[in-house]
Amino acid sequence: MSEITPDLVRHLGVLARIQLSDEEVTRLTGELDAIVDNIAKVSQVATPDVPATSHPIPMENVFRPDEVAVTLTTAQALQNAPDADGSRFRVTAILGEEQ
Amino acid sequence: MTDDIIRLSAAQLAEKLAARDVSSVEATRAHLDRIGAVDGDVHAFLHVSDRAVDVAADIDRRRAAREELGPLAGVPLAIKDVLVTTDMPSTSGSKILEGYVSPFDATVVARSRAAGLVPLGKTNMDEFAMGSSTEHSAYGPTRNPWDLDRVPGGSGGGSAAAVAAFEAPLALGSDTGGSIRQPAHVTGTVGVKPTYGGVSRYGSIALASSLDQVGPVTRTVLDAGLLHDVIGGHDPNDATSIPDAWPSFAEAAREGARGDVLKGLRIGVVKELPDSGFQTGVAASFREALARMEAQGAQIVETSAPHFEYAVAAYYLILPAEASSNLAKFDSVRFGMRVDVPGGTVEDVMSVTRDAGFGPEVKRRIILGTYALSAGYYDAYYGSAQKVRTLIQRDFAEAFASVDVIATPSAPTTAFRIGEKIDDPLSMYLNDLTTIPANLAGVPGISVPSGLAAEDGLPVGIQFLAPAREDARLYRVGAALEALLVDEWGGLLIDRAPELHASDAKGAAR
Amino acid sequence: MAAAQLMDFDKALEMFEPVIGLEVHVELNTKTKMFSPAANPAHADNHDAEPNTLVAPVDLGLPGAMPTVNAEAIRSSISLGLALGCSIAPSSRFARKNYFYPDLGKNYQISQYDEPIAFEGQVDVELTDGTIVTVPIERAHMEEDAGKLTHVGGATGRIQGAEYSLVDYNRAGVPLVEIVTKPIFGAEHRAPELAKAYLATIRDIAIALGISEARMERGNIRCDANVSLRPRGEERLGTRTETKNVNSMRSVERAVRYEIQRQAAILAGGGTITQETRHWHEDTGTTSPGRPKSDADDYRYFPEPDLLPVAPSAELIEELRAALPEPPAARRRRLKADWGFTDLEFQDVVNGGLLNEVEATVAAGAAPQSARKWWTGEITRIANAEGREPGALVAPEHVAALQGLVDEGTLTDKLARQVLEGVIAGEGTPQEVVDARGLAVVSDDGALIAAIDEALAAQPDVLQKIRDGKVQAAGAIIGAVMKAMKGQADAARVRELILERASQA
Ligand SMILES: [Mg+2]
Ligand SMILES: [Zn+2]
Repeated sequence: MSEITPDLVRHLGVLARIQLSDEEVTRLTGELDAIVDNIAKVSQVATPDVPATSHPIPMENVFRPDEVAVTLTTAQALQNAPDADGSRFRVTAILGEEQ
Repeated sequence: MTDDIIRLSAAQLAEKLAARDVSSVEATRAHLDRIGAVDGDVHAFLHVSDRAVDVAADIDRRRAAREELGPLAGVPLAIKDVLVTTDMPSTSGSKILEGYVSPFDATVVARSRAAGLVPLGKTNMDEFAMGSSTEHSAYGPTRNPWDLDRVPGGSGGGSAAAVAAFEAPLALGSDTGGSIRQPAHVTGTVGVKPTYGGVSRYGSIALASSLDQVGPVTRTVLDAGLLHDVIGGHDPNDATSIPDAWPSFAEAAREGARGDVLKGLRIGVVKELPDSGFQTGVAASFREALARMEAQGAQIVETSAPHFEYAVAAYYLILPAEASSNLAKFDSVRFGMRVDVPGGTVEDVMSVTRDAGFGPEVKRRIILGTYALSAGYYDAYYGSAQKVRTLIQRDFAEAFASVDVIATPSAPTTAFRIGEKIDDPLSMYLNDLTTIPANLAGVPGISVPSGLAAEDGLPVGIQFLAPAREDARLYRVGAALEALLVDEWGGLLIDRAPELHASDAKGAAR
Repeated sequence: MAAAQLMDFDKALEMFEPVIGLEVHVELNTKTKMFSPAANPAHADNHDAEPNTLVAPVDLGLPGAMPTVNAEAIRSSISLGLALGCSIAPSSRFARKNYFYPDLGKNYQISQYDEPIAFEGQVDVELTDGTIVTVPIERAHMEEDAGKLTHVGGATGRIQGAEYSLVDYNRAGVPLVEIVTKPIFGAEHRAPELAKAYLATIRDIAIALGISEARMERGNIRCDANVSLRPRGEERLGTRTETKNVNSMRSVERAVRYEIQRQAAILAGGGTITQETRHWHEDTGTTSPGRPKSDADDYRYFPEPDLLPVAPSAELIEELRAALPEPPAARRRRLKADWGFTDLEFQDVVNGGLLNEVEATVAAGAAPQSARKWWTGEITRIANAEGREPGALVAPEHVAALQGLVDEGTLTDKLARQVLEGVIAGEGTPQEVVDARGLAVVSDDGALIAAIDEALAAQPDVLQKIRDGKVQAAGAIIGAVMKAMKGQADAARVRELILERASQA
């Protein structure tokens, strides 16, 4: 009954950077449809007069003094890198060949 | 002797360590032996520390030198793999983080080390803590020590199974919607979700930041209090950490166990959670526990929480939404798995890596969360869910105006069979029906064993909930009930778990 | 890509009214980053840090890391908001802006969305002829910067066709305040100039507040320029383009002008403007369309659950308001009057970005005209030749001291220039350079007279001419004496003495 379509799922896959196969899209479309039907009921009670709660324990103005603390060495920064040039992380081309 | 050591509670072991009846090395070896013997079957651990004995020897040396040591110094500790550690890999149960070693320790791990606890290893979990059965671990399921064909709950099934199988006296867990309390329920152990902000989240690989809390997983309420005292309190690295001073939770547990806490205690029972919603043996065990407490002077009061019925729906919007953002960092650039795509762009590499590195439940929730936050859907879904949160907080506030604690069964059913619900996400999601409201509202909860379900002989837990910051109340009440039941049973419920036998068929934990 | 058609600027303005909007990012110079205790590369101490040496776990998005808010960045942001005439929100909050890019450690940027810290302000901007334009400010919000990508390989080393890219996360998490104007109407043909002057004003405010290094060439201040055109008489706004990362004052003026001319040509030809982001090319002075992104406008904002609301007290706001410096336009009017500069002289100082330097030099005791001449003249010349900032070459106190040596006759202008070089080369204070290099004017008349007599004796014909009243002939003797004195003589005094000796001899 919801608006979940294979195209929407594919679009969500692009937004979330997950390369979904066609079977995954089909399966997820059905599953999400059922889930969304069940969870959409939140809007029944979420009337305009009810404020939203983003943090369960209300607090404010939690700040850190502007003082440099021990941070990471370059070796620590890179220790889990799939690829690096010794001081920077290396990734494959960001854009494809020029068209 | 080995068998004696592993069956001690952490409090008892700590006493023997302090008296130097037992050394930390002996205690650590006993638990490592136990892991070697049974973890091939249970599979509670993803990684066992090769430094544990050295760390224990250091504690023994410091004790011999009469150094001032904390009450739990020398006691072994299992750590849920959601918590990052500098000396062991931290995978959060996912392939995408296979072999990842953090350059820093989670605050709770650092505090445990500082208190002299001995990290034994990292425990299995549903991938990124998404699940209620630990079947969604990328490294294979954990089995329930009560029945190896059944799940140990989740997402912290590894931590619960480790303490239930006597592989560790103490474990750390994390609870986003019940991941500490529901596994405690199905394994006959104790689990506490502290008040949101009561224990630092720094170094806990985030699932849903506004719901996650780290907490203790143990076999007794006192042990939970002792561990909570070690890991709790303000941490400037977590902006949502509550700066207030906390009372000793171990002290609260001791007080509950010896005093007459139950006299005049008002226990609220939520009428919107009728017995009919629970497995017969679960409902029966719950009613029996209440009756025993009533017999000790507690008042059972029916309370109303009209918005609890929206809790699961709100949770399955807020959790995936926050998770979709928290899990975006797993992109193959700075750490974790990378799947190369010859001729592909970095975007292709990210997408293919994330497809290969995430399991189906994680993908399901990321896609759902991406949808809930998308332009045009935000107000109807994420925004509405945040309003439901307000309504549930109001339900709690109203209930706590007339009761001291709320009691519910910790979960609707006893441990189900491995594979039984894996293809039915919706019914899996309902496992957390009674635990979720506490996460949405930020209030603390404890699950304490209440007995066995008559129909299947499997453990059942009772959950108590208290107002935010009133965690001590849970320790008092939980310990009082535990003391009553131990008196009646002649021991802990976990002592009735079937013997596990050393299995050489599957070998030791990896 | 074919060159875009452009319409003559004046003709474009006849047909269309330009509406501009500016988004300026200011990097704060706090000691640490916005959300981590790592040292801030936008602070003067950390300019030349090696890649990935200024990183905390949260800057890399490491599992388990959490952000914490820099108290000083909050104060700086409030001060900037107040200086822009904004209201400070009694409660504002952070939000996550979700998008994937390798320079973004967490793949979301912590920013502010529906509840910015400052909103609804205005700022007076002075054009070169002294006209004041009031620019309406929509909001100023806090956020974090992204890391830096370097594209390697391919024909040009640019992003297109690169083989791979390298990522340095030092800049990730640098505190930013993004200032967004409302649409600015009525600037007409001065829209490009206004854009430039607005950017200069933001820079001046940031400098006056001391909250940013405010060096555009270092990227401390970056500008995105929105431009749309509407036909004369039309009410509705036209479709806008957003030209990203225009990072010098000259460029923002050129980019706005270019977009007006480009859009006018398209619209006049019956075409439509595509709403898009565009890139500015400094070398060609043109803009080109950015990469079309299907998901560019779906950032899935939601309140940052790891951070709490910012609710500054009225006391804090008033404390910061009381500490606000004089607004730059008012300050300029005051200084111009104090110094007695002509319009042209004053513009020279302003356009050279030398107000602070001249002011400090005057404060150190130099006459305003002398201070101006040094900074807009010799120092700027050397700075241009070396590709550095004038202010980075020499301290204002040294310039004042140098002028003092000229005023007391110890140095000639020429010698003073040599001393300046020594000071710039790090040889010490002007007096120390004079001493070390032995550059002071020879003020001993005896030595001068000896040299003069020698030169007069060597050139009797010249002596005769001087005696005959052809005083200009003395130049040849001055030259010879100056040469003998290695230039360390006061030419005027030498001339005086020559005339004296010639009449006596
Ligand atoms: Mg796939
Ligand atoms: Zn921005």
